[in-house]
Amino acid sequence: MCTQSVGLLAGAFEKAGIATVCVALVRSVAERVRPPRALAVPFPFGSPLGSAGGAARQRGIMSEALKLLLLRGPGPLLRDLPSS
Amino acid sequence: MAEFSDLPFGMRAQLALYPWRRIDPVPWSPLAAPLAAARVALVTSAGMYRPGLDEPFVSLLGGDTSVRLIPDDTPVQDLVVGTVSHAFDRAASEQDRNIAFPLDRLHEMVAAGSIGSAAPRHVSISGNITAPGRLVRVSAPRIAAELRADQVDVALLVPI
Repeated sequence: MCTQSVGLLAGAFEKAGIATVCVALVRSVAERVRPPRALAVPFPFGSPLGSAGGAARQRGIMSEALKLLLLRGPGPLLRDLPSS
Repeated sequence: MAEFSDLPFGMRAQLALYPWRRIDPVPWSPLAAPLAAARVALVTSAGMYRPGLDEPFVSLLGGDTSVRLIPDDTPVQDLVVGTVSHAFDRAASEQDRNIAFPLDRLHEMVAAGSIGSAAPRHVSISGNITAPGRLVRVSAPRIAAELRADQVDVALLVPI
């Protein structure tokens, strides 16, 4: 449900002129909901940015997500987190 | 990857029949400034709130579509992980709130110059919303107006 909820917010924000990128915990939900830009991550429910305390990894995932903002539309753009 | 097979049986059965919303057409706002100059707001669906200052999220049929705005200078570990969802283990996010609301990481990225600035306010919802009509009709435009008032260029949204 969370992947849908943030995706729907992202759609509304884009309509209002704010660029968005979502982390997608459940890829199949992002495929159906179609937020404008989303990065699918290979983590379980409860841990969208990997492990607790992994600051460098968390920043790395955020950077990968923000990189989607540099791609041209139209959306939906759904990419997978590159394996490190 | 989180999969529905990770969830309890009752929840899986419900999701198998769930009519997922589909954004159509997909709106598109290009990045208005280079990332190194962009102002970024975070959005978490972990239901985080400031104890003693914000009302907790509540368990409602269809979900609680209310919103908490979290000032950028809030110490992230002081927040309560207040989502009413039982679909996941909250131990990781309670150990490190940044896992779902990466406020410290955002500040580090600003300090490193990879993004321009952090928004003065960030956004928290409790994402366990099965009836999202009110979220889309009421909460989302209201949040968007607040973000625009704060001159936000980018929203990074993190589910849990």
